[in-house]
Amino acid sequence: MAKKPRIKLPKSVSQGQVIQIKTLIPHKMETGQRKNKKGGKIPRFIINKVEATFNGKPVVTADLHPAVSANPYFAFHARVTESGTFKFVWTDDKGGKVTTSKKISVK
Amino acid sequence: MSNNLTKPETTMERRDVLKLLGLGTVAAATGSIISGDALATPDAAAKLISKLSGTSSYKSGKITLKMPEIAENGATVPLTIRVDSPMTAGNYVKSIHVAADKNPNPEVASFHLTPASGRAEVSTRMRLAKTQNVIAVAVMSDGSVHRVSRTVKVTIGGCGG
Repeated sequence: MAKKPRIKLPKSVSQGQVIQIKTLIPHKMETGQRKNKKGGKIPRFIINKVEATFNGKPVVTADLHPAVSANPYFAFHARVTESGTFKFVWTDDKGGKVTTSKKISVK
Repeated sequence: MSNNLTKPETTMERRDVLKLLGLGTVAAATGSIISGDALATPDAAAKLISKLSGTSSYKSGKITLKMPEIAENGATVPLTIRVDSPMTAGNYVKSIHVAADKNPNPEVASFHLTPASGRAEVSTRMRLAKTQNVIAVAVMSDGSVHRVSRTVKVTIGGCGG
C-alpha cells in the first residue's frame, strides 16, 4: 500500500531524556467526501491508526479520522530510560499495515 | 451526562445551525465548493467530545491548543496540543481528543498516551472545510477532563468537493 514512512528522532540520548519523535507517512487519506467525474463518491480510504511502542511497551496510539490531512504527520514525545527500539505501525482502512523501527541508544 | 448550564445554549445553536444548513444547501445548488452533504454541527461536536471523554463537565486550563488564527489552506492546518502534566505512573494524561464543529464529520483524531510518553504534547495536521471551532479535551489519569477550543478562519476549504 503506502510508500515508505519518514521518522525523525535522535540516535543517542542521555538516560531519562524526553525526546520528540516526528513521523510522516505518504498517503492520500481519501476522505470519502470527494466525487469523481461521473458524480459517484470516491470511497473513503485513510490510515486510521498509528501506534508507537518502545521495546514492546506502548508509548502512544493515535486514532485518525478523515479530517486528518493527506500524508499524515504525527509528532509526539517519549521518555527514554534504556537503549532499545521504537516500533511504528500504521494501519489503513483495508487492514494494510506499514511497520518500521528505529534504534536508539542511551549514552 | 447532560449539563443543565449548557443545555439552553446548545438548543439555540442548533436552531441557528439548521438555518445555516438551509443556506448551505442553496449555496451548494448554486455551485459552492461545499458538497450537498450535511456538515457536522457544534451540537454534534459537543456530543462527540462528551462521548469520547465520558463527561460533559470540563475544567479549563492545563491544556493548550496551538493553531494558526487564519489558515490560508484548509487542507493542511498544523495543530499542537500540549497538556500540563508530570506524566508519571500516578499522574498522566490518558488521552487527548480533537473535534471540529463544521467539518463533514466532527471527528478529527484521538491520541492515547502512557507515562512512557514523558511529555503530553502531540502535533499533527488537519483539514478544515471552512471557518470553525476546533475543540480539544484531555482526559487525565484521575478522571478529570480539561477542555480548550479555538476558532480558525479558513480561506480555502480542505475537504474536497
